[in-house]
Amino acid sequence: MGAITQATAVLDRQGLAALVAALVAGGRTVVGPTVRDGAVVLAELTSAEDLPFGWGVELDAGRYRLTPREDGAAFAHSAGPQSWKAFLHPQREQLWSARRGPDGVPTFTETQPESRTYAFLGVRPCDLRAIAIQDRVLAGRPPRALDSARAGATPFPDRGYRQRRRGALLIAAECTEPGATCFCVSASGGPAADGGFDLALTEVVDDDGHRFFVRVGSEEGARLLDGVPHRSADLTTESVARGAVDAAREHMGRSLPPLDLRALMGESLAADRWDGIASRCLTCANCTMVCPTCFCTTTEEVTDLTGDHTERWQHWDSCFDLDFSLLHGGPVRASTRSRYRQWLTHKLSTWHDQFGSGGCVGCGRCITWCPAGIDITEEVAALAAERDAAADDQHTAHDDGSAHHDRGPQP
Amino acid sequence: MSAPTLAVFKLASCDGCQLTLLDCEDELLGLASQVEIAHFLEASSAVRPGPYDVALVEGSVTTPADAERVRRIRAESRSLVAIGACATAGGIQALRNFADVEEFRRTVYARPDYIDTLATSTPVSAHVTVDFELRGCPVDRGQLLEVLTAYLAGRKPDIPNHSVCFACKRRGTVCVTVAHGTPCLGPVTHAGCGAICPAYGRGCYGCFGPSGTANLHALIPLLRRDGLDRRAVERLLRTFNAPAFEEELRP
Repeated sequence: MGAITQATAVLDRQGLAALVAALVAGGRTVVGPTVRDGAVVLAELTSAEDLPFGWGVELDAGRYRLTPREDGAAFAHSAGPQSWKAFLHPQREQLWSARRGPDGVPTFTETQPESRTYAFLGVRPCDLRAIAIQDRVLAGRPPRALDSARAGATPFPDRGYRQRRRGALLIAAECTEPGATCFCVSASGGPAADGGFDLALTEVVDDDGHRFFVRVGSEEGARLLDGVPHRSADLTTESVARGAVDAAREHMGRSLPPLDLRALMGESLAADRWDGIASRCLTCANCTMVCPTCFCTTTEEVTDLTGDHTERWQHWDSCFDLDFSLLHGGPVRASTRSRYRQWLTHKLSTWHDQFGSGGCVGCGRCITWCPAGIDITEEVAALAAERDAAADDQHTAHDDGSAHHDRGPQP
Repeated sequence: MSAPTLAVFKLASCDGCQLTLLDCEDELLGLASQVEIAHFLEASSAVRPGPYDVALVEGSVTTPADAERVRRIRAESRSLVAIGACATAGGIQALRNFADVEEFRRTVYARPDYIDTLATSTPVSAHVTVDFELRGCPVDRGQLLEVLTAYLAGRKPDIPNHSVCFACKRRGTVCVTVAHGTPCLGPVTHAGCGAICPAYGRGCYGCFGPSGTANLHALIPLLRRDGLDRRAVERLLRTFNAPAFEEELRP
């Protein structure tokens, strides 16, 4: 993907349909939003007709409802139950197999990643940033803002991810209607796509019709656009589109407090708030599974009854699983407190040390899809309040040596 | 070296878990070539005497005779695997643990004096040492094969201890609680079924029992939020694994 060009255009609904048709005809697996089981999910599209025209969503902590829209918009819904990692970093993937020969010596065969060439349609700007984060983690792209001592490739790039990512074409849908659980602006993002796309669409529905303002982000995007009916961007459409994206900045449903979160997390290891969270947390791992940047996997060996054939599979894992930190003698993080703390501290703080950026893009999925409605923006604010209260106590009370005692790593 | 011997025993149960073994159609011949099936009354009346290398035990202990029998089974089995909700948690019949068995005996049977039963239905592990517990009502056939395959390979079975939510998310099922407001035991239930019920739009009813870290205290207010009254919550928890969920609620 090259640099973002200044090229713009307008597609109408037929143009969008032609775009999807061209991608399908070009042999790509087109994945985009579609309605299934009471939600806007990401799935393979056979045509633009599969898009969720006329569906919006109402979100809250632990709550997601599909709602009809009168304007017929296709991209006016927030992040749904899955993210694009379901395709780039699938939940289960075979790495290799081995067969024991008659002489007892095994032969190993590396499993080739599934050779699909994806086109993702309707990638939100938050999700573009999430893909960029997973690129740094899994594909070994040089981190953006990492100190030189740590710069360089990820030591163990994920072969399958790399291959799928290299071939994927990304068509963004810029955000004009953030949901009630969205907070990208306070997570160093925003509703505009700022790079990493081939084409970026902004949907406009008004008296002048249903259309898409298009920004071209790469040469491949430009070629694709050339092949479908479109017109040059008129000033009205462009200003309505850009205005709607700008206005969306002010409509975030939630926000992270404007603090140095790395410092806050580091100073909150012994906070009482973690116990409060642990009393509500189901440790069900839904937050990590829906998170577009959570990347952890484990491997399993699958043997057959004869013991002569084995396969190694990689599959999604979660730091909320007890077995995730199981070492000889037991799990390192046995308490819910320690597991939730690990997740949030990694996401907001130690991710920087590891990968040169934060791990949260503010998509709000972990808030929406937590059955218990645990809201990370609320929890971060509570941790900040607890730290500030403790600091106040220290200033007022004479140091009796008991104000702060680090509870250290909790079992 | 001769093939290891496999025995299948049944205590108080419906036979569904043993049937899961017969249900391993494609793998059954493969299994039979790796082990010698020495005792499996559901499949064959030809029975060889113990000792056995592996015993699969289905069912719970509800009579003094079964309490004695399970000790004998243990004594003649190198490895004992309890299979299913009855053998691992007491099963549906453990509902008696919350009631008066004497009253049942008088009400149900014409000749109560013929009935020799215990006051409780208990899992195999309450009586003897169990080498592995495989959950489910019935057990999952893939998991059962994994346990036997692992035994043959001399390794630990790869049976995760986490919740059904893991399985829902991996298969891409939309959360029925979050998206539809459907009460679901998935967040506290042991994975293993492949999250079948939510895939059909139903809430999980916990037939695999509690997961390794079930936080039932946190789930009950959510079940109430989603429309279940106190009695309905109790009924939801008191099906196949009632004592195991009850145990989770103890402070």
